[in-house]
Amino acid sequence: MAQAFTKAMARNIFYGGTVFFFLLFLALTFQTHSALPDRDNRQAINDTVALGKKVWEDNDCIGCHTLLGEGAYFAPELGNVYKRFGSTDAIKAFISSRPKDGIPGRRSMPQFNLSDEELTAIAEFLKYVSGINSANWPPSNQG
Amino acid sequence: MKYESQKVAKLYFTAAIGLFVGQILFGLILGAQYVIGDFLFPEIPFNVARMVHTNLLIVWLLFGFMGAAYYLVPEEAETELFAPWLAKLMFWIFLAAGAATVLGYLLVPYATLAEVTMNDLLPTMGREFLEQPTITKLGIVVVALAFLFNIGMTILKGRKTVVNLVLLMGLTGLAVFFLFSFYNPVNVVMDKYYWWWVVHLWVEGVWELILGSILAFILIKTTGVDREVIEKWLYIIIAMTLITGIIGTGHHYYWIGTPEFWQWWGSIFSAMEPIPFFMMTVYAFNMVNKRRRNHPNKAAVLWALGTAVMAFLGAGVWGFLHTLAPVNYYTHGTQITAAHGHMAFYGAYVMIVLSMISYSMPMMRGREACNSARAQSMEMWSFWLMTISIIFITLFLTGAGILQVYLQRFSDNPMPFMVVQEKIALFYWLREITGFVFLLGLVLYIASFFVGKNEPEATVELAK
Repeated sequence: MAQAFTKAMARNIFYGGTVFFFLLFLALTFQTHSALPDRDNRQAINDTVALGKKVWEDNDCIGCHTLLGEGAYFAPELGNVYKRFGSTDAIKAFISSRPKDGIPGRRSMPQFNLSDEELTAIAEFLKYVSGINSANWPPSNQG
Repeated sequence: MKYESQKVAKLYFTAAIGLFVGQILFGLILGAQYVIGDFLFPEIPFNVARMVHTNLLIVWLLFGFMGAAYYLVPEEAETELFAPWLAKLMFWIFLAAGAATVLGYLLVPYATLAEVTMNDLLPTMGREFLEQPTITKLGIVVVALAFLFNIGMTILKGRKTVVNLVLLMGLTGLAVFFLFSFYNPVNVVMDKYYWWWVVHLWVEGVWELILGSILAFILIKTTGVDREVIEKWLYIIIAMTLITGIIGTGHHYYWIGTPEFWQWWGSIFSAMEPIPFFMMTVYAFNMVNKRRRNHPNKAAVLWALGTAVMAFLGAGVWGFLHTLAPVNYYTHGTQITAAHGHMAFYGAYVMIVLSMISYSMPMMRGREACNSARAQSMEMWSFWLMTISIIFITLFLTGAGILQVYLQRFSDNPMPFMVVQEKIALFYWLREITGFVFLLGLVLYIASFFVGKNEPEATVELAK
């Protein structure tokens, strides 16, 4: 590079650019926070949903499934599973009926031995997530 | 190597390589489970194997970064490490905490691990890559602070170079953004929004500062090019990294409930994220071409050039492939993401750590500058085997991903997830077979530390 472009100039672009764009990021974050109440379905959050999120995390569901497209790609997307299955009862029935020793030769969800309260909670949690405005994602009902 | 205390890096690098082996073995288990669904079920379910695979990767890269810092900082600062005993103590604490955590994953159900580590007091578990028990996370913070203190004090008492400064900024950023892992609201959108402040601002932000400074150090040492030139490049590369990468976080905010303006911000800025990686490739080759000496450690130079190329391909090209919102609408959360993840992590972070190990290990093991020709030759074979394997793994996963997108999301009659998974199984088989070639490369890599020990060091041929 020609001497016209000095190390000091490069350094200033680094510091100036970083500070400017981090502040812009904070401004966009602020803007996001003001827009979220209309999008994130927070009115649906209650104690049951909170317990459902705990069940979701305590069993590391994200280690196989995606939720709004994030997670592992081994098992189906669950952000829209409430819409795909049609009811919380169908979700509960699916989770509670998983065979303990799996299905020979096939992928199978473990049997987590959830209590009825936990089953209701995880289903209500997934129902709450399905109400989040995800900009029309996923493209198909299949997730 | 000029300072005795640099040798503490050897511990860190040894542990890093050991954990790397574990990571790959669990990767092979995961790949097998993709095609033989009940493999090791229910003893090691997929989610457990996956957290072992990803957590081992993160931990061994952190060991690698810390080792690199302990080697590089004293040499740049021209002084002994502030407290070598602290570095050794933290090593054992970090290793013990890491081992206990992985054993916890494997030996008890995850829900039990959450219970016995009292996750309810401050719930942070059960989120991708942040699966560690809260107490482990607190341990990581303590280790990181002690490490930063040690490195910071060393820099403070010695010569201040740009390489050291950029490395310190990267490592400080790493520690600071990790703190967002303790924020875990019930609101899923908020949870995800700040989860990315750890994950994205690490790998597409501050980690690139660490990568840049380690690469700069290796290039200064192996090419003999004037430090001023390399430092100018370093500044401009990391400037472009953060200018594009910070707002580039927006490419994760398209479909998680965040406002739709992110589709514009995320697309435009993340589309520019390949620029710094491209510059890094141009610069690495330029510096090697303009070298003022021929360094006898050819393996280290190969790793350094490989890092620049593979980081550009994996993080740059494969990232760009699915970063624009209209494309990402279809590819989000598919095997395309997995393809990108594998080559980006290997190209950027695995390779830079292996570059640093390649450059520094011979000297820490008593050589003047490099290993014997035979050991280097074997190391370079391992370079090609692992690198070509990861390229093919990425291509196979990309093939799987394209089909998955079409069959599950794009065609007129979208099929269920599991039906599609069976239809694309061929690609998963090819990926798994390639995984074994990668393992072979890794075995050769480790073997290269044990061959040619009694042979003389390689020497440079006469300069052209």
